[in-house]
Amino acid sequence: MSENKNSSGLLGWIDARFPLTKMFEEHLSKYYAPKNFNFWYFFGSLALLVLVLQIVTGIFLTMHYKPDGDLAFSSVEYIMRDVDWGWLIRYLHSTGSSAFFIVVYLHMFRALIYGSYQKPRELIWLFGMFIFLALMAEAFMGYLLPWGQMSYWGAQVIISLFGAVPVVGDELTLWIRGDFVVSDATLNRFFALHVVAVPIVLLALVVMHIIALHEVGSNNPDGIEIKKNKDANGIPLDGIPFHPYYSVKDLVGVVVFLILFSVVVFFMPEMGGYFLEHANFVPANQFKTPEHIAPVWYFTPFYAILRAIPDKLTGVIAMFAAIAVLFVLPWIDRGKVKSVRYRSTSFKLLLVMLVVSFLGLGYLGALPATETRTLFARVFSLGYFGFFLGLWWISKNEVTKPVPERVR
Amino acid sequence: MGRILIVVASLLLPSLGWGAGGGQIFPNDEVHIDWDDKAAMQRGARTFVNYCLSCHSAAYSRFNRVGEDLGIPDELVRENLIFTTDVNGDKTKVGELMKTTMTPEYAEQAFGTVPPDLSLIARSRGVDWLYNYLRGFYVDDTRVGLGVNNGVFQNVGMPHVLAELQGLQQPRYKSVTDSHGNESEVIVGFEIIKPGSMTKSEYDQTIHDLVAFLDYLAEPYKQTRKNVGTGVIIFLFVFLILAYLLKKEYWKDVH
Repeated sequence: MSENKNSSGLLGWIDARFPLTKMFEEHLSKYYAPKNFNFWYFFGSLALLVLVLQIVTGIFLTMHYKPDGDLAFSSVEYIMRDVDWGWLIRYLHSTGSSAFFIVVYLHMFRALIYGSYQKPRELIWLFGMFIFLALMAEAFMGYLLPWGQMSYWGAQVIISLFGAVPVVGDELTLWIRGDFVVSDATLNRFFALHVVAVPIVLLALVVMHIIALHEVGSNNPDGIEIKKNKDANGIPLDGIPFHPYYSVKDLVGVVVFLILFSVVVFFMPEMGGYFLEHANFVPANQFKTPEHIAPVWYFTPFYAILRAIPDKLTGVIAMFAAIAVLFVLPWIDRGKVKSVRYRSTSFKLLLVMLVVSFLGLGYLGALPATETRTLFARVFSLGYFGFFLGLWWISKNEVTKPVPERVR
Repeated sequence: MGRILIVVASLLLPSLGWGAGGGQIFPNDEVHIDWDDKAAMQRGARTFVNYCLSCHSAAYSRFNRVGEDLGIPDELVRENLIFTTDVNGDKTKVGELMKTTMTPEYAEQAFGTVPPDLSLIARSRGVDWLYNYLRGFYVDDTRVGLGVNNGVFQNVGMPHVLAELQGLQQPRYKSVTDSHGNESEVIVGFEIIKPGSMTKSEYDQTIHDLVAFLDYLAEPYKQTRKNVGTGVIIFLFVFLILAYLLKKEYWKDVH
């Protein structure tokens, strides 16, 4: 840091020992982001905000929560009633988990429409997918902790899926639960994983996701590499420093998000039974199965795929495949053009099919299965997987529009 | 593209329909709860401690919290809401949780199951369900020992503890044919065969008040939640204006 202007004072003292200014410049004040980010680009910073919110509220919840089969349910009600502002902390955390998935799904959709997973950003996408996976594990294990009926039976159903694995299935479920049914042992290990193990993994992955992003630079709605056009100082002509331009812009996004988030937290924390299910206000009872077990909304698309297939093992494979296929997306898409703006009509149609299928599956997965619904779930499952197959097919010789040299 | 999606989705989804299954429910009325109506909740609290708390607990709630929230001084709470005793036989203290004195073993013997805790019943069942359930008991001689059944919760194990208020009623049936051509008898009305101490509208009001109290009990901080929320959102809107102006100022030189 000898060439650093600010070599005196406290900052200079720190910079001589720790790359504070260097890091600030690399990741914020001299990180050049394309100037044409639109609405879809708010969700990355929002995901980071929700992550921090979940960690902070989670710490306070942990101070009062008791991971014990006999005490868990009442300790949550204790938080809601007797802990000062406990209801607020708990609603922030419960609404935060749903908000996390909304933000992440939109963030992933952004990557899909603008080709942000394509070369050279495959690793960013992969780290992102691992984040998504860790997030699902985190949410699943966190949902057991209130120890309500839906917590209990939801976990019972999901863990029993591992029983479909040939040969070791039963042993595997036993190992996961630590008991023959979901019990105190399961609650304790899920608590440990939810508050310690998975958050550490999640944080590490988020750091890698951001480092990889800042190494190659951000994509943009035109799907153009801004680093191809630089000025005399090596600064991209279409780039602007992330700070202050995007820090102030994202601040607007953050406030809008917080307004919507507050409407839910303060006026509809159950979100009509989707964020907090009604049956979860009844303590877990291993002798009483609820009439209808539905996973929380963010898992319902995958749950619907599972149920659409009559054979249990095949269903489980299909469900995991639905997530696994996302990992290889950068190699499924053989196209050279990134943004939907310049891609073919077939790509756009495939995208519509994917969105309709995913929303349809999500809707169906929350409802009890009937014959008609199973039929629809099958059609939507085909639509979901059809997107990836179709993308692989059409992207080989895709007829695209000319991509401009500079961003619009 | 977004527009196509919305059209497609709106065409597809309603056709799937919500489950038509589930038994016929009677009565099937809606209840309106006014969260500011403390008087109704106070009356409901009185009914609650007199008729419900002997078998059911509300063990996540405290007597003095109810008093504080509903504007009842501790002295009056002690006199009018606490009829239980602690392990030493002394009157339960106002700061205690609203537990029942009935032991689980006794409840098991008497009802075949332990009556559920009612702290959260309004959140798990919903207020409409409670309002209908508590008005849905009717005479059914086939139910040994109880003599009543319920139009909302068939074969429920709970006796009609409010019979002295409501009296006893008898259902009026009508036969209906469903879409599959199956004929079945459904309840379409009730007739009082043995009057209680209240008229129908008095009883409905009492149940309304009781449900209002249960709704309060399930989420005692509901009023605070909405008040704080209003303030937070107003603040955020002001902040939004400032944040937007700040962004506009910085972005002036981006072309």
